[in-house]
Amino acid sequence: MATAVLDTGERETYLNREYGIKSWLLTVDHKRIALLYLMGITFFFFIGGFFALLIRLELLTPAGDLVQADTYNKLFTMHGQVMVFFFLIPAVPAVLGNFLIPIMIGAKDLAFPRINLLSWYLYIIGGLLMLYTILNGGVDTGWTFYTPLSTEFLKTNVTTAALAVFVSGFSSILTGLNFIVTIHRMRAPGMTWNRLPLFVWAHYATSIIQVLGTPVVAIAIVLVALERLLHLGIFNPTLGGDPLLFQHLFWFYSHPAVYIMILPGMGIVSEIVCCFSRKRVFGYHAMAIALLGIAVVGFLVWAHHMFVAGISLYAALIFSFLTYFVGVPSAIKVFNWTATMYKGSISYQTPMLYAFGFVGLFTIGGLTGLFLACLGIDVHVTDTYFVVAHFHYIMVGGMVMAYLGGMHFWWPKISGRLYPEGWGRLAALLVFVGFNLTFFPQFILGYMGMPRRYWDYSHSPEFQILNVLSTAGATVLAVGYLLPMIYFLWSMRYGKPAPDNPWNAAGLEWTIPSPPTTFNFEEQPVVTWEAYNYDEIDKEREGVPVAQ
Amino acid sequence: MHNSPPATVEVEAHENPALLHHFATEEQQKNAASLGMWIFLITEIMFFGGMFCAYLVYRYWYFGDFAAASSSLDLKLGTINTIVLIGSSLTVAMAVRCAQVGKQKAIVVDLLLTIILGAAFLGIKAIEYKQKFDEHHVPGLANFHLEGHVPRHPDVPVNQQHAQIYFSLYFAMTGMHALHMIIGVGLFAYLTWKAHKGVYGPGYYTPLENGGLYWHFVDIVWIYLFPLLYLIDRHP
Amino acid sequence: MSEHISSVKLYVGIWLALMAGTILTVVVAGIDLGPLNPVMALAIATTKAVLVVLFFMHVKYAHERLTKLVIVTAIFFFLILLALTMADYSTRLWT
Repeated sequence: MATAVLDTGERETYLNREYGIKSWLLTVDHKRIALLYLMGITFFFFIGGFFALLIRLELLTPAGDLVQADTYNKLFTMHGQVMVFFFLIPAVPAVLGNFLIPIMIGAKDLAFPRINLLSWYLYIIGGLLMLYTILNGGVDTGWTFYTPLSTEFLKTNVTTAALAVFVSGFSSILTGLNFIVTIHRMRAPGMTWNRLPLFVWAHYATSIIQVLGTPVVAIAIVLVALERLLHLGIFNPTLGGDPLLFQHLFWFYSHPAVYIMILPGMGIVSEIVCCFSRKRVFGYHAMAIALLGIAVVGFLVWAHHMFVAGISLYAALIFSFLTYFVGVPSAIKVFNWTATMYKGSISYQTPMLYAFGFVGLFTIGGLTGLFLACLGIDVHVTDTYFVVAHFHYIMVGGMVMAYLGGMHFWWPKISGRLYPEGWGRLAALLVFVGFNLTFFPQFILGYMGMPRRYWDYSHSPEFQILNVLSTAGATVLAVGYLLPMIYFLWSMRYGKPAPDNPWNAAGLEWTIPSPPTTFNFEEQPVVTWEAYNYDEIDKEREGVPVAQ
Repeated sequence: MHNSPPATVEVEAHENPALLHHFATEEQQKNAASLGMWIFLITEIMFFGGMFCAYLVYRYWYFGDFAAASSSLDLKLGTINTIVLIGSSLTVAMAVRCAQVGKQKAIVVDLLLTIILGAAFLGIKAIEYKQKFDEHHVPGLANFHLEGHVPRHPDVPVNQQHAQIYFSLYFAMTGMHALHMIIGVGLFAYLTWKAHKGVYGPGYYTPLENGGLYWHFVDIVWIYLFPLLYLIDRHP
Repeated sequence: MSEHISSVKLYVGIWLALMAGTILTVVVAGIDLGPLNPVMALAIATTKAVLVVLFFMHVKYAHERLTKLVIVTAIFFFLILLALTMADYSTRLWT
């Protein structure tokens, strides 16, 4: 069938099919919704990053001399809330997942396109509530909203922050619901479960977590709001309540939430590693089962965030034991990516640089998680910078690098343009160096005893040198993040037009034009090949084409 | 089940206005809607589940006070409400059945009965809430006071803080349930209107089926709320 | 695809069973069974819930195992929430 051509002579794509703000705000095209999300999450990434920079500036000196103590509490709270709920959780699923999943399975759209748009509106409403919270004086509960501080003692915008998180949670639930139904019901003929790209499997596992976990934090937040407004005592020890009950309900979601954040990144890494090693993934089934395993076991470990909060020792033992288990499927994935690369034909384009970064940094972050699972060590390093470093290795060293890798890998498909490869590699290098300089010193600081969430460490001036290194690293990291913003925007106007398959990659998304048409496929594909069939692909045209 | 027919079937299938553009067949659309509703219901299980968890913890800690508070609820009204809600589940199941066999008028009648029973439930609930307000059993208010003692321990007066926690959970759980009932009644008003226009029949009744699933779920939540809230310790 | 159509008799029968369960649970609550009271209450409630799920929600006649898997998964994770939370609360006072 001939591709549609507009009056201007351009090929019709999902971008030029309709113009005007209404065609975007009322779209039900999953690709346009993905771009709407992209704008939102990029905006919030920089807001959260701005708070991080202020934190790092304060910590340059031991004294609390940049901001007030209360202000500092607001900075780390809002950094956490914005980054977790408005960047990390939606970023990959709502941008790359939304864009790619229907195409990867051979469908025209998600199962529920209008609910997809509703998800975006809920995200925006939640985001506006968060912005209001920030502009109206902020919130200083810590991103974790612990009671009774949040219910009884703070005069700041706790309820609006809670509402913002609640609304964005529904966005997350609906996205997860949409993905699960799409993957079950909308696969093209021949696209069996065993042929699905791991990116799709990763989002399937993520979606299970989203639909089962998010409602529990939603009800926890509702109870906090009710308690705050009506002076109930559910979480207040002076009224017979237990603050730990809030923590149980909060972490029941928030631990699996970290897997919501990382699993999509793992999906991205599988796609990139296979393409730039020109090999099928090592152990496809193990990789898929590991994704589901992480999702399931991830629900069994939440109280490892509460080891020193006052839970019983016996519960702590159970949760410590279970926490060691959750490392196993993650480790399997790291082994399998490595084995995929072994004897592969490796090329070092930007996406692959980010994938390398992910594999190494996620491993370090994951291993330090095992340190924290050990009760004895946890007592020493909990609530110190060791924990901060641990989760930033996974979230930033892992998830953000995977996100950037994915954005570079699929940018040609999304925008129809090539980004400048030289700048891409430079930015990746800056991100890697900046990241390690920022966060590795924090492991040491934490072990030495520097507490987290403290705005003043003048009792231990020996911490300063490592803090200075960390802040220096943060500056480099910021530059590394700004560069892609600039050159992606630049490429939309001036970048080379992208071919259908610039990476010579496997996957249905590379069989359609860049950018795609609104309904993705001219004819419904019928799949007869396995995933990552690089041996077949390389018979026809070998390797990754040299960029530009 | 997983494979849709090849693309050539599309043209004919899209003659049917109920079929959305991104689905290949009506069956695919129906199965997607069904699975979507079930996934939504499991999010609701976890949503109410958090409150059931809180309830379990405090019932474990404060059994005596919870028992005393539970006994202050109006068992007659609670039982009537349970019967009313179960009845509405029957009428909704019958409404779906009528659509399956093509009895158009009966669909509307059954849906209206469902709405009436749902509204009756809400009315009785409102009466119960008023009772609690009049008896000063609303938590967080300065005039809260639950009279009496822990069952079978006449020397142990009710701990007012623990009783307030019971009532916090009572109002939170039944309130959230009532909110879902209100949404359900609204949803069913819409379905009734559509049924009245003749939209549903043996070939297409997916919204009725899925609306019914929602309604049955809300019924099941009440099936657990009733004994857990009203029947903690009702024996001498 | 043909959906199973249950008979009016079946629906009314299930409804009567649910009514009977309701009466039963109120009556049993009035009898002192010690620790068995909550057990009976939950057993009766669960029986009623299962009847609603299987017959009113048509899960007994579901074409796919997926429907049952979805329900079982949710119940499993709900029970995990309860069980592991109670693992903390029930052992707090152990020495």
